[in-house]
Amino acid sequence: MAKVKLMDIAIARSGDKGDGSNVGVMARSAELYAFLEQKLTAAVVKDFFKDICKGDVVRYEIPNLRALNFILSNSLGGGGTETLITDAQGKVHGLAMLHMEIDVPDHLLP
Amino acid sequence: MSDKKVLIANAQGFWGDSMLGPLRLIEEGPVDYLTFDYLAEITMSIMQKARMKDQNLGYATDFVKLVGRIIKTCKEKNIKIIANAGGVNPKGCLAAIQQIIRNQNISGVKIGIVEGDDIMGNLSELIASGEKFTNLDTGAGIDTIRDRIGSANVYIGAKPIADALAQGADIVVTGRASDPSLVLAPLIYEFGWSMEDYDKLAAGTIMGHTIECGPQCTGGNYTHWRDVPDMARIGYPIVEASADGSFVITKHDNTGGLVNVETVTSQLLYELGDPKNYLGPDCIADFTSIQIAQDGPNRVKISGIKGRAPTPTYKVSMSYANGYKILSTLSISGPDAIEKAHVLADMVFKRMAMHGAPVAEENRFLELFGTNVLYKGIVPSPEQPHEILMRIGAKGSDAKKLDILGTEIAPLLTSGPPGITGFAGGRARATEIVGYWPALIDKTKVVTRVTVEEV
Repeated sequence: MAKVKLMDIAIARSGDKGDGSNVGVMARSAELYAFLEQKLTAAVVKDFFKDICKGDVVRYEIPNLRALNFILSNSLGGGGTETLITDAQGKVHGLAMLHMEIDVPDHLLP
Repeated sequence: MSDKKVLIANAQGFWGDSMLGPLRLIEEGPVDYLTFDYLAEITMSIMQKARMKDQNLGYATDFVKLVGRIIKTCKEKNIKIIANAGGVNPKGCLAAIQQIIRNQNISGVKIGIVEGDDIMGNLSELIASGEKFTNLDTGAGIDTIRDRIGSANVYIGAKPIADALAQGADIVVTGRASDPSLVLAPLIYEFGWSMEDYDKLAAGTIMGHTIECGPQCTGGNYTHWRDVPDMARIGYPIVEASADGSFVITKHDNTGGLVNVETVTSQLLYELGDPKNYLGPDCIADFTSIQIAQDGPNRVKISGIKGRAPTPTYKVSMSYANGYKILSTLSISGPDAIEKAHVLADMVFKRMAMHGAPVAEENRFLELFGTNVLYKGIVPSPEQPHEILMRIGAKGSDAKKLDILGTEIAPLLTSGPPGITGFAGGRARATEIVGYWPALIDKTKVVTRVTVEEV
């Protein structure tokens, strides 16, 4: 096992969905996708974003793209036009996600 | 027919994108269609306001300027143009384009417009006929904003755009067509796809989704940005579409950027909801059916896409007036930058009260940039940042009272704690908050019209 940042094993992109954001995470290999599908649950992501996401987190699986899509509801302080916060569209939520530290079996590491 | 490829590029990913996009695309390599995606949720209300000031406005004026700069080459190379630049006034946009083309003594250009998305004028009838327009996000009823609505538009589909192309249009301008429709439409026209062939309509929809934000699928905003060469000259995306619905995402040779499975997948995931149910006006696309693979340098092939019949409703986007907001910024140096920022904010709100313009606690806004506002709770916050940007603001119903906040920022430099700077650009002013109201409408209530005129 090695503790790595999600950034070392996945890529991400985020955008806004009303007052929520979506964070798409793509594993850098099929094996890493299978691993992340187990570890990167909606509950783990909700806990990680607890100071940003005030609502629920829902997860969708897209195995053909080696990707997980998370919807972080109530995470933009009111949404695109209402809020005064800097990241009104959740543009950096993807990169934020990649700061997560995660224990990965050595044989899965790139 | 089986070998025919149609090349569709995105030349503008949003209103405000680099003008270099279309100028380069028509010079740097082959392309059959340029698509221009101008409309975000709030854009329509901005256009509605522009039209209220001047009946001739209310469309994307940038687009008209761009047409003026590219039309000669597009005509020579037979490159067609599709844009949702019409805003709330496609006819006004048409007239402006005709004028700019005539000014260059160019003739023989056919311009089509698609109307019928703008339901602002018959909202009352529609509500009377049973349309609820319940807010899709909040479940709230339309009554709560009925007298404050600034614009109301239906996200229409690809068929009327394809019809305009079939009538010979070289340029097609729409109002609020759904973003992917701009790409799907020329495929319906070129390949003769049936409006019941949902797998192909889904493929065209996903093509549109992939390129609708311009270079965000050719290496822009990519996690591994150091791998992306020459971002200043990043190539705008091109779909190389085949009749069977498979396609390649690529860019012109000798441009910057990077097209690989990761840069394209990043964009597939952008603003995605439920991947099995990507709802569009013409079909439901299933992102879990996408097969994706590298197909040579800077080429990614996508195939296997499945789709289903669309829902009986169109999405509607309304905007409404929802009060005002004001925001000002000030730079604060250490030591004690955070503590000083709170003192300064307190001064501002106390002084607003002294002016007779108090701001209730829940309407005050303070964000100290440099204290970890973007990654709150995710990475440790610095206890003593040497410098921070104070972003101070307020919301309210009275713009004039909010404007007072803008007048009490500069005085902080001479009456507050030391080490405050960076006040530039004049006093901030209150701006209207444009609320966004997503809803649905029965498709049978929406009638689109296509007009094609030759210059």
